[in-house]
Amino acid sequence: MSKPQNAPGDVRSKGLVDYLNDENVRAVLYQVVAIGLIVLAGWYLVSNTLYNLEQQNISTGYGFLDLEASFEISETMIDYSAQSDYATALMVGLLNTVKVSLLGIILCTIIGTIFGVARLSSNWIVRKLATVYVETFRNIPVLLQLFFWYALIPSAFPHPRDALEPLPGVLLTSRGMYLPVPEPDNAYTLMTIAAVIACVVIYFVRKWAKKRQDATGQPFPMLLAGIGIFVGLVLAAYLAGGAPTDMSMPALKGFNIQGGYNISPEFMAVLIGLTVYTSTYVAEVVRSGIQAVPNGQWEAADSLGIRRSIALRKVILPQSMRVAIPPLTNQYLNLTKNSSLAVAVGYPDLVSVSNTTMNQTGQAIEAISIFMSIYLGLSLLTSLFMNWFNKKMALVER
Amino acid sequence: MSENAKLPPLPTGTFSERAVAWSKKNLFDGWFNTLLTLGSIAFLVWLIPPIVEWAIINATLAPSIEACAEATGACWGFVNANLRLILFGTYPFEEQWRPLLAMIFLMGIICGSLGAVKYPSLRKAIIPMWVIGVPIIAILMWGGVFGLTYVQNSYWGGLPLTLILSSIGVIFAFPFGLLLALGRQSHMPAIKTVSVVYIEVIRGVPLITVLFMASVMFPLFLPDGVTIDKLLRAQIGIILFTAAYLAEVFRGGLQAVPRGQFEAGDSLALSYWQSMRLIILPQALRLVIPPTVNSFISMFKDTTLVVIIGLFDFLGTVKLALRSDPAWTKYYVEGYAFAAAIFFLICFSMAKYSAYLEKELRKGEQR
Repeated sequence: MSKPQNAPGDVRSKGLVDYLNDENVRAVLYQVVAIGLIVLAGWYLVSNTLYNLEQQNISTGYGFLDLEASFEISETMIDYSAQSDYATALMVGLLNTVKVSLLGIILCTIIGTIFGVARLSSNWIVRKLATVYVETFRNIPVLLQLFFWYALIPSAFPHPRDALEPLPGVLLTSRGMYLPVPEPDNAYTLMTIAAVIACVVIYFVRKWAKKRQDATGQPFPMLLAGIGIFVGLVLAAYLAGGAPTDMSMPALKGFNIQGGYNISPEFMAVLIGLTVYTSTYVAEVVRSGIQAVPNGQWEAADSLGIRRSIALRKVILPQSMRVAIPPLTNQYLNLTKNSSLAVAVGYPDLVSVSNTTMNQTGQAIEAISIFMSIYLGLSLLTSLFMNWFNKKMALVER
Repeated sequence: MSENAKLPPLPTGTFSERAVAWSKKNLFDGWFNTLLTLGSIAFLVWLIPPIVEWAIINATLAPSIEACAEATGACWGFVNANLRLILFGTYPFEEQWRPLLAMIFLMGIICGSLGAVKYPSLRKAIIPMWVIGVPIIAILMWGGVFGLTYVQNSYWGGLPLTLILSSIGVIFAFPFGLLLALGRQSHMPAIKTVSVVYIEVIRGVPLITVLFMASVMFPLFLPDGVTIDKLLRAQIGIILFTAAYLAEVFRGGLQAVPRGQFEAGDSLALSYWQSMRLIILPQALRLVIPPTVNSFISMFKDTTLVVIIGLFDFLGTVKLALRSDPAWTKYYVEGYAFAAAIFFLICFSMAKYSAYLEKELRKGEQR
């Protein structure tokens, strides 16, 4: 907006009308009015809310978090029982949200990439199949897909009594899937520490390799060396810990299956539904990312005598990443937000646990504010990452 | 890559020769592609016949539980027997012609509005269509006048409800979203901050949390004695949510309008609103028609979330029908497949139309 300025010789004194016609004065006026209206509306809503809460004898504040939750949660990743407090219950919910979102993100990236590449295949039938997959599953509401999987899983698999065993130790039943897991042992802690150390070592080796290549032009087989360092260190830790081999095998005891690791039907329904739905979007992102790199880039790499596999890694992928990563992050965020639909099939995610808390305590505002700010925090973290990434990847032009 | 540079050979030879040449190029080009083709054909042979057998050959349409128990295939009789419950929910049975009419009417208005992009002669009709259409739909659904019996909106359900929630959601979110987008582009810091905070907060949380807020917290916001019913609360939640997403779509359009256009408005001494209305918005909104249709599609799909707060939209009524009789419960595949087919039909055709519009609107730039 251009700012009207008085000519230097203008000495006319300003009246009220002139002030009202001044764009700057007007801007201040508009803003004061707008803020005033918002504050008024906010005050009105808050005063109503306080009055209503008082009428219903609901105390405000987050004190309820220390009270005993007294409800069971079917799936917990940390110690939790009905005697735990509400804060722990919400933490369990948050961890369950994170668990299903992380797995979903990994799986939908893999599946989405496969279908995205398949949509660009030179093979007609593969191309068409991928198109049918993408168009079908992205045009059906994700909640419907969740309901479908949730209805399908318990009825498609047999009662625990006659569980299916596709692989030794893996049981498929109407109560979900059971996997054998190693019995807890100190060796596994040691292996985790070794894995972290391996990552640090790899980081420094990579830095050294890059410096050497910049200085001498000699490439270093980083991928092989990295795998070697990681596997070697973790294996050494496993052997140093005494190489435990005890496994907790799932087996039928009484009416239910004991032991092993149970993947509940609710979890499977949410995971499959979110993965399938989001993978269709990831496929489109991958496709447009690949298509965004002009053919000339391949030809340029060819004419420089670069091998095709290296051209793909060093020339094509970095450029398509620049196009693909922002929308991809958006899809990851969408998946995380959609995981809140778990409440509809009874998977105890953050929203589901908060909902129970809300119904038990009547602390609606507090419970909603908690899960809203957690999702908001996740989104803000993602946008911070995006800004950092965009800056790092931005095309450096002359 | 290099084949692209050559001109494609002209199609010659008989049909079968061309078919062989085509499949050689598209299906059996090298060992890897041959493997993929054979694998895909094997997959289709494994997948398609059982589905056809289940869904068509062995299926029954007879609307009775006995016939379904006998059939080895799909029980479309479940859909057949419960069709009116699935389509219209618990709306009084004798009055169900009203939601049917309202639904057809609403679909007509939506198609008319979408068609206006292609046929400019329809453009002037958009606003009158909605201004006249929405009250007619409201009269049909609620009744209470012209001899129609009054139907409380807690009885509304099914496909009409889904369509109403999503289209009214977008219609009201449109002006609100536009204001937010203008606010975000504004030079006034306070207004800009308010808009940015609103947009980012709403876009940062899942729709279900907004719906929970609408259904649980709105009653607390209102003065003593005033209540709004569940449907209206959900509708407001949907409007508030959609507005933030539309605002970002509009912002994309506003940013794409060259700076010179804003300056042109200033140099003609147009006021802010004049230059927006006459110069900027016609250009910006034209650019964002396809993403706006896409927002409408996701809104339409997301409307199903109202099931969670206890409304019976189209997905809700399918669940209602499945629960209406324990004998029907096991035919959930048929029920969900029917709902999925309807959703797919609507979303897919809109998505195709949006893609077509995108191509159409770009024609002017391809000279």
